[in-house]
Amino acid sequence: MAITIKVNGTARHADVDADTPLLWVLRDVLGMPGTKFGCGIALCGACTVHVDGVPRRSCITPVGSIGYSAVTTIEAIDKTPQGKALQQAWLDLEVVQCGYCQSGQIMSAAALLAATPKPTDADIDAVMAGNVCRCGTYQRIRAAIHRAAKETGNA
Amino acid sequence: MRDSRRSFLKAAAAVSGGLVVDLAWPAAAASAAVFAPNAFIRIDRSGGVTLVMPMVEMGQGIYTAMAMLLAEELEVGLGEVRLEHAPPNDALYANSLLHIQTTGQSASIRAFWTPLRQAGAVGRTLLVQAAANQWAVDASTCRAALGAVLHPASGRRAGYGELADAAARLPVPARDSVALKQSKDFTLIGTPAKRLDTPDKVNGRAQFGIDKRLPGMKIAAIAISPAFGGKPKSLNAAAALAVNGVRQVVRTDEAVAVVADHMWAAKKGLKAAAIQWDDGPNANLDSAAIIRQLEEASRQPGAVAHNSGDAAKALAGAAQRLDAVYQLPFLAHGAMEPMNCTVHARKDGIDIWLGTQAPTLTQAMVAQLTGLPKDAIRIHNHLLGGGFGRRLDADGTLHAVKIAQQVAGPVKVVWSREEDIQHDLYRPYYYDRLSAGLDANGRPVAWTHRIAGSSVMARYVPPLFKNGLEPDAVEAAAETPYTLPNMHVDYVRVEPPGIPTAFWRGVGATHNVFVVESFIDELAHAAKQDPLAYRKALVTHPRVLAVLNLAAEKAGWGQPLPAGRGRGISVQFAFGTYLSQVAEVEMAADGSVRVHRVVCALDCGMAVNPDTIAQQVEGGTLFGLTAALYGAITLKNGRVEQANFNDYRPMRINESPVVETHLVQSAEAPGGIGEAPTSAIAPAVTNAIFAVTGKRIRTLPIDAALKGSV
Repeated sequence: MAITIKVNGTARHADVDADTPLLWVLRDVLGMPGTKFGCGIALCGACTVHVDGVPRRSCITPVGSIGYSAVTTIEAIDKTPQGKALQQAWLDLEVVQCGYCQSGQIMSAAALLAATPKPTDADIDAVMAGNVCRCGTYQRIRAAIHRAAKETGNA
Repeated sequence: MRDSRRSFLKAAAAVSGGLVVDLAWPAAAASAAVFAPNAFIRIDRSGGVTLVMPMVEMGQGIYTAMAMLLAEELEVGLGEVRLEHAPPNDALYANSLLHIQTTGQSASIRAFWTPLRQAGAVGRTLLVQAAANQWAVDASTCRAALGAVLHPASGRRAGYGELADAAARLPVPARDSVALKQSKDFTLIGTPAKRLDTPDKVNGRAQFGIDKRLPGMKIAAIAISPAFGGKPKSLNAAAALAVNGVRQVVRTDEAVAVVADHMWAAKKGLKAAAIQWDDGPNANLDSAAIIRQLEEASRQPGAVAHNSGDAAKALAGAAQRLDAVYQLPFLAHGAMEPMNCTVHARKDGIDIWLGTQAPTLTQAMVAQLTGLPKDAIRIHNHLLGGGFGRRLDADGTLHAVKIAQQVAGPVKVVWSREEDIQHDLYRPYYYDRLSAGLDANGRPVAWTHRIAGSSVMARYVPPLFKNGLEPDAVEAAAETPYTLPNMHVDYVRVEPPGIPTAFWRGVGATHNVFVVESFIDELAHAAKQDPLAYRKALVTHPRVLAVLNLAAEKAGWGQPLPAGRGRGISVQFAFGTYLSQVAEVEMAADGSVRVHRVVCALDCGMAVNPDTIAQQVEGGTLFGLTAALYGAITLKNGRVEQANFNDYRPMRINESPVVETHLVQSAEAPGGIGEAPTSAIAPAVTNAIFAVTGKRIRTLPIDAALKGSV
């Protein structure tokens, strides 16, 4: 069936079953591979996107459930002050190693900062524990979130 | 056309901070380059510098480090270069330590430290000579800096692009005939230069193998026989084809794939196919049987890896004797990017897009499978979403090729996480038997260590398996950091039936350092001595002593800790690097452990990029710690019992310790760093647990040992 969703401000069409997870619509149908497949059952967070600003695991989010909501992906997160600050902090502190999980890490962190502009370590743990990194970049992720929070707080 | 493509390339390079990685482009760029003094460097008339990366980037920062080596001698700024994956070519790009173009064994910097600087120096020498000829001055009166040659006496300057044509006409000097910079003159090497691969990794632009898209490409989901060595028996192809978006059902000897317009349709098709399997010869295999086999084998003498003095006699005469058995489980790699491979198979050639640590081996194995010549197998390498040794093997590519040979047009085969974990090639299960004798003062007078387990090397590099022995199985066991009189170390090769084994980050050291550093700790406690002091008394090498002392000092060894907390220490020499770790742990009331802090001191010789080294210490430690705490692959009915990140669990941010890196300044040749921190952490943690609880953990993983379930 033909489904229309709004991705990064643009209406996009996909001819898929309504139960198709948003992840595969983004990656395989719309050609937006920045959102990553990691586990398929919401255990790793690599596929995190925002739906109306709320972080969602796109691997278990049926595209038919999106309706008129706005989907934001890593490709456009620099349009938000949190996303932009986080990307810069990620580079300033050299968070990234293989980088495969980092789309999801930044999307989760952007949602965290939008909801909690000055997160504590406990706030970071609570939100970011859903995002797995096998390269072990966690302590730099924590430091980069604090740094981006400072940046956006001063803006 | 060419100009617009070139300006696109430049624009792309500017946006991405220098990394252009899709191999569709470099072919075009190559024709624009006029100066290519060797296989690593190309310079075009506009001064654009392309550096070709012989080893692959899987997170370890090697693209930046290799670019630093080249740029240091070529005299170009890191911000000016674009990077390109090397094509498969052992003659041009083999790692001199491994004798093949393979990224592993923490050998990239160790092997390329000199050749890449020489390659850069050859390029610089020719560009300087071209300028000197043009200006009719002696080359020694010119110097190169930031992509240009300068003649200070006259104030003349020529950019590398202007000199490229003339430099290309000069004879290329032998690489060992050119002068290399002295370390005091380094401007890049030794600095925490910014990574070149990361800007595209924070905005979704980086291209991993799984991100490949081609016109007309289909997506395939794969199901491999759940039992190792089994085959598909029957399936309902009609039901699979009835799923919206499914195009084809493909069968190979050991797997079934459903080819579709997108992954969800392929997955639904695979489910609808309701495949029935013939479980084959390993249908009843379980972990207990494998462990029994190892236990029995460990009672027989093995191939001798080290023998000094008379261990049996010294053991018999010792004042005190200790015996122990250590066991390490099978481990999966669990890279974040699941296994995948995109293939376009035609009758006369095959294109393959993936991220692989072993491009030439992959090419050779596909040639062998298909009967096509090697040059008809075109491997297009990508950034790797984690390697850890998993992408040293070509099994995933062979599956994909067998599928693609039955599909018209390109097909991307993507494994589910469950397939990825249940059809990994596993770090072997090891069963180690040790004995030691102490004299009246607690000093060791005898040490025996028998290792029983699979030999990955015998499968992967058969010539290295000789007389029952190979280097990996006994690495860091045949030679330890200690002076141990009357020492006997042997190895019994035992291959578990049907279970494929493979290299895993840290390889031999990840196994043996846990065993040796735990048993040394046992000796220290039996001798009623401080574990640090006991180790130091057995060490003579100054670099080992230096890292032990530095780790202990930074960790506050010996200083009081709150109740329930304790420290453990380990030290090793592996991958050319001396490294010591102190772990600080806390035991909770429920008996579980929390690792709060890890202090790592290391001497890896000359540091090319100290920040990358710190990244590898942080990441390698967490990788080793994850496995030590939680990692175990177990078998039942010929199948792996774990399936996803719930039961093969990675460490998460709320569980991870702070890791501190302390580098010993050194002018020695560089050591490897990608794996060294992975192997030292397990014993540091189990030794700390012993310090708090008096419980010695001899079988990993730790969480199961603390619960008493292993």
